[in-house]
Amino acid sequence: MGVALALSLLVAPEDADQGISQRIFYIHVPIALTAYFCFGLGAWKALLLLWRGDARYDLESYVAIHQGTIFGALTLITGSIWAKASWGVWWTWDSNQLVLFLVLFLFYCAYFMLRFSIEEGASRSRSSAVYALFGVVLIPISFLAIRLAEDFIHPTVFTREGPQMTGTMFTAFCVSWAAVTLLAYVLYRVELAGKRLAIDLRELREALQ
Amino acid sequence: MTGGEYLAIAYGVVFVFVLAYVGIIAAKLARLQREASELLELARRQRPAPQGAGAGDPGGDAERVILRGPFYAAGVRGLESGTTA
Repeated sequence: MGVALALSLLVAPEDADQGISQRIFYIHVPIALTAYFCFGLGAWKALLLLWRGDARYDLESYVAIHQGTIFGALTLITGSIWAKASWGVWWTWDSNQLVLFLVLFLFYCAYFMLRFSIEEGASRSRSSAVYALFGVVLIPISFLAIRLAEDFIHPTVFTREGPQMTGTMFTAFCVSWAAVTLLAYVLYRVELAGKRLAIDLRELREALQ
Repeated sequence: MTGGEYLAIAYGVVFVFVLAYVGIIAAKLARLQREASELLELARRQRPAPQGAGAGDPGGDAERVILRGPFYAAGVRGLESGTTA
């Protein structure tokens, strides 16, 4: 993470058009991609739950979607700050990618409302898994929206011709992406271990009392 | 506000979020540690003195959680289900 910050803030050259505020790109885009990845992982675990019926996938799916929601919130906040610096507004409804990402984020926020409105058990696991799988459809739509709808507001950096940036910028971006993904993975493992431990302790308490 | 200030706010927000998240997880783990200690006490009180290590071993699980670390139970659960994920 330290290397990523040094590359992003000190080594990567300043953008001629946007100036220093373009450096938000090195944290905003990796966080957005990690959010997509976490939502995708949550949906994959949900599919495994429905396919194999192993209860452990329910918790893994839940934790992945929880991580995705946190990174999704960060994507919206950092994106909003960048929008204010570049476009002069905190938010615009004219950009399809922004709106679709907000829809994706709110969809997965509702996942928690659904999950905690059902009593714990197989029914809750299955309902949550089906909901998580529906949400995954929004990920490619959100990701490709800018290209499909010819959105001229939100910038497109990765095109069919490759990344539209210098080698140093691309290196800084890749290192930042790796750092954010690693951070998400560590947080995922720690949260998962904590939740499993809580379940085991609860079962142990029930067995002892 | 200047571009540099927006940049500082964006990175600052991410830092605060991650810090808050780690703090919440740390608080939860501390609570689980306290809960495990309570269970150990409970298991010790329930265990009959001479036959405590025998059949049933009512306090065994709780004691192992305390002695082998906070992630022991999660690990055992993974092994029992045939995976360590």
